[in-house]
Amino acid sequence: MTTTGTIASIPILSLITFLPSVGALYILIFVKKQSQDGLRWSALVISLATFLLSLYLPLTFNANTPEFQWVEKAVWVERFGIHYFLGVDGISLLLVSLTTFVTVICVLASWTEITIKLKPYLALFLVVETGVLGVFMSLDLFLFYVFWEVVLIPMVFIIGVWGGVRRLYSAIKFFLFTFAGSLFMLLGVLALFYYHGRLTGNYTFDATVLFENPLAPHVQGWIFLAFFLGFAVKIPMFPLHTWLPDAHTEAPTAGSIFLAAVLLKLGTYGFVRYSLPLLPNACMFFAPFMIALSIIAILYGAYVTIAQKDMKKLVAYSSVSHMGFVMLGIFVFNPEGIKGGLLQMINHGISTGALFLLVGMIYERTHSRMIEDYSGLIRVLPVYGIIFLIVALSSMGMPVTNGFIGELYVLIGAYKAHWFFAIPVVIGVLLGTVYLLWMFQRVFLGDFVNHGQNSLKDLGRREIAAVAPILIIIFWIGLYPKPFLQVTDASITNLVKMMEENSHRSMANNNNFGNTGPRLSHAPDAPIKFKDCLRCGQDDLLSSIPRPIFPAFKHSNRTTLSFDPEALEGRLSTGWGEAPTLYLEELRYAL
Amino acid sequence: MPFESLNISLTSVMPEILLTGLALAVLVLDFFLSKRSKFVLGYLSVTGLLLLLPIVLVSIDANPSFGGTVIADRFAAFFNIIFILAGILTTLISVEYLKKENIDRGEYYYIILFAILGMMVMASSYDLLNVYVGLELMALSFYILVAQRYKDIRSVEGALKYFVLGALSSGILLYGLSFAFGFGGTTNLNEIAQHAVSGQARSPFLLLAIILIVGGFAFKVALFPFHLWAPDAYEGAPTPITALLSVGSKAAAFAIFLRIFIVALPELQPEWSKLLWLFSAATMLFGTVVAIAQNNIIRMMAYSSIAHAGIILIGMLVSNQTGVSGMLYYLLVYTFMNIGVFAVVTLVVKGDGKGENISDYRGLSTRHPLLAFFMALYLLALAGVPPTAGFTAKFFILASAIEAKYYWLATIGVVSTAVALFFYARVIFYMYMKEPEGLLEMTGTGLVGKAVLLVAAAGTVIPGIYPAPFMEMAVKAIKPLLT
Repeated sequence: MTTTGTIASIPILSLITFLPSVGALYILIFVKKQSQDGLRWSALVISLATFLLSLYLPLTFNANTPEFQWVEKAVWVERFGIHYFLGVDGISLLLVSLTTFVTVICVLASWTEITIKLKPYLALFLVVETGVLGVFMSLDLFLFYVFWEVVLIPMVFIIGVWGGVRRLYSAIKFFLFTFAGSLFMLLGVLALFYYHGRLTGNYTFDATVLFENPLAPHVQGWIFLAFFLGFAVKIPMFPLHTWLPDAHTEAPTAGSIFLAAVLLKLGTYGFVRYSLPLLPNACMFFAPFMIALSIIAILYGAYVTIAQKDMKKLVAYSSVSHMGFVMLGIFVFNPEGIKGGLLQMINHGISTGALFLLVGMIYERTHSRMIEDYSGLIRVLPVYGIIFLIVALSSMGMPVTNGFIGELYVLIGAYKAHWFFAIPVVIGVLLGTVYLLWMFQRVFLGDFVNHGQNSLKDLGRREIAAVAPILIIIFWIGLYPKPFLQVTDASITNLVKMMEENSHRSMANNNNFGNTGPRLSHAPDAPIKFKDCLRCGQDDLLSSIPRPIFPAFKHSNRTTLSFDPEALEGRLSTGWGEAPTLYLEELRYAL
Repeated sequence: MPFESLNISLTSVMPEILLTGLALAVLVLDFFLSKRSKFVLGYLSVTGLLLLLPIVLVSIDANPSFGGTVIADRFAAFFNIIFILAGILTTLISVEYLKKENIDRGEYYYIILFAILGMMVMASSYDLLNVYVGLELMALSFYILVAQRYKDIRSVEGALKYFVLGALSSGILLYGLSFAFGFGGTTNLNEIAQHAVSGQARSPFLLLAIILIVGGFAFKVALFPFHLWAPDAYEGAPTPITALLSVGSKAAAFAIFLRIFIVALPELQPEWSKLLWLFSAATMLFGTVVAIAQNNIIRMMAYSSIAHAGIILIGMLVSNQTGVSGMLYYLLVYTFMNIGVFAVVTLVVKGDGKGENISDYRGLSTRHPLLAFFMALYLLALAGVPPTAGFTAKFFILASAIEAKYYWLATIGVVSTAVALFFYARVIFYMYMKEPEGLLEMTGTGLVGKAVLLVAAAGTVIPGIYPAPFMEMAVKAIKPLLT
């Protein structure tokens, strides 16, 4: 069971989280608007300092324990059991490092691209970083929600003010989609809070306490759907993905990098951190649905990507496909799959971020992103071309690059759940090769056509400095992934165990939300005594959720979590095998 | 009744007495001032109101006085603070505005004071008669105030509409109150409650009384479909008065109807909560959807205020501790957010309707970064984006709905909040993401204007980041109601 873990002696997590915001304030107040270089350098120094400070975490991380480390906890609103509660474990560690790393890259990427209103731009970027770090670190659902929304506003401004031609439309679409989704998530959080409170008498948003007392399965379903709307919009999952191509395409380069590399991970992180352990039964109930959506995202996303003519849009759509891999890995519920999903989050952050960066570099030179405008670029820009090839290969999952390791783990996890799930994964990887290599071929190979691009310069020192660390990480994960996998081990094993245990426990809570015995290790920290509602609240919306319909995921008493492949196979074979026979017999009968 | 048992306690009505004195002093001083120096009256009322703040806190008394007709409990004090704050901020933004609009009339200031007096009488009344007297004092003051821009035809039209419909609704309300009186033979809230408990709880006359009272109430807080006066009155009124109207009169109406329904008629909660459910859901959806179509920012804010009334109503119909204290909290922070928005509008408008359109806000961020920043802050707070107080307020209200298992109402609230984001964000987008068009020159924000903006911003942000003390204050305030 995940416990509160060790309390930090210095508030290192708060320092990392709020350093960028303090830096943003510094930039706003003390740096002059006119000195653009001064603004850039101070932003770079602040983001670098945050990155270096965050390196403290992986260096001192204890990989043998699933506990949250460097925990900070203080009561925020006592009446509602709201805490200021930060902590990092193996699941969030890599994402925190990714965020601080990508921010440095983003500052470098916007070095020459952004010239107007530079000051608010850099300040907003640093505020977004604070929000994202807060989301990854917070262990209190209220705090989580607050940080979740803090991310939103600056990002909307970054897209809307510094974006491309259709920036207004994209910004408002992004804003409405995410805000609406997260409001439903807020309802879910509130329902969780009150049901948990009624179950245990402990009204709290503290996630570690909530983990210990799962709700009855029929309640979980609705809360899962509410969480789903919040998370799935951010990821984005298949039917809710339409904001993504617009936002990614119209955002400035650094905005696209940050969106793809970090913001999309908020949703998947939400699923791993909260949905899985808090709502295990609902996760299992909805797993077929989630897996189906993930597979659709993988195949449909890749298919749409192939048809794109705009390089930036192509990279944007490929995100839909890649995030499908992540979701598939998570929702097969075995350690390999989740580990693969987690690593794939990092890989997608690195590779897709790098692709956006590279597309941005060529756009800065020629002001065109259309594939048809280019040909044979590698003849004039050899360094750029080779780097692009490496990044594209890593994005499609070539061995010795990072993408391979992640996709391999997802594949193993999916195959372990059922052999059938491996098929779309393989096809998805294949389609990834198609769209990336085809784009590479069209843009870089062939004869060089001069569209007034004769003055093209290859990458400068700043650009190399922005790309080089990414290349190092691509090969580091590809060749020696052990450190990256090892830190997540304990936490993921614990997560799977916790999910299984919780799914058992919640069955005990099935009747009338009754508690089966005192399981609370914590004394109730802020009980709320409410006046009994005058309305007689007998009717309960949530009491009528149907039983699982998919036999492979049925909740048996023997094992809760593993799928029953035989059941699935049996169903599939009978389903597919019998239909034609039946049809023939009917035909014969009719004749 | 022996005189002693009336419990005449002058301290419990001291704020009202002093406020009357202040208003009369301003009235008299008005005769001695030249047209150009009427602004002195504004600063005088602000000083007086500021001095009144501590007196309100001192005069708290948990027992009803004057024969059980007046009660100056924490609940009344909480609302009195809201009214006084709204009055101070409104008067401060009025001074510049009146200069700009060439309205130099002293009565503007003391009628504001009388409106506030009416609100305070409402909040501390414990008797149906007092309720009505306070309500009429407030309403009559507002009819006059709305018409203050009488050179503009919209102002007169708005005032007339407000007056006719207001008189009608007052009549309906009075009719309802008379049924409540007929039921118990008393106008005292506490005694009505005792009658309702004993025996004939489901008396059809009491139900009729509830329906009629809700009708009058719905008019005062502009619930759909009793909202028709609001956009016209808001648009026609001098902008500072619109601010006071949207904040003060709404808070006062909520205060008094909380008193009536929760003190006098808690037995019939199942009945009136169903009625209010419909009002709340319809108002939230209607207000937000119609606000999208508005091009005039004041009309947009009118519909936004209608939608907010719908959300606040959730707390009332749920009527548990979280809900009612959430309402108080909501009304407090709403005062700051809304007056903030109207303060910015006051600084942007140019008289004769210029600067009222949303398109006039194009590129405000380059023309006037400070105003644009504050406007964006208030609008985001109204939309309910953390970490502003608008979010915590919505959070408490939604929490109360979930707590009492009103899942559908909470869902409707969430949907309407999501829709509302669109029109708030539109103004922000106009300010930040469009280039300025035409030359709508800006008057500089004076020191007073900046102070108002800062106070409103503080009231919007601080309760959002640290909501606990404000929430505790609201919980303490409603203790006498929920026993």
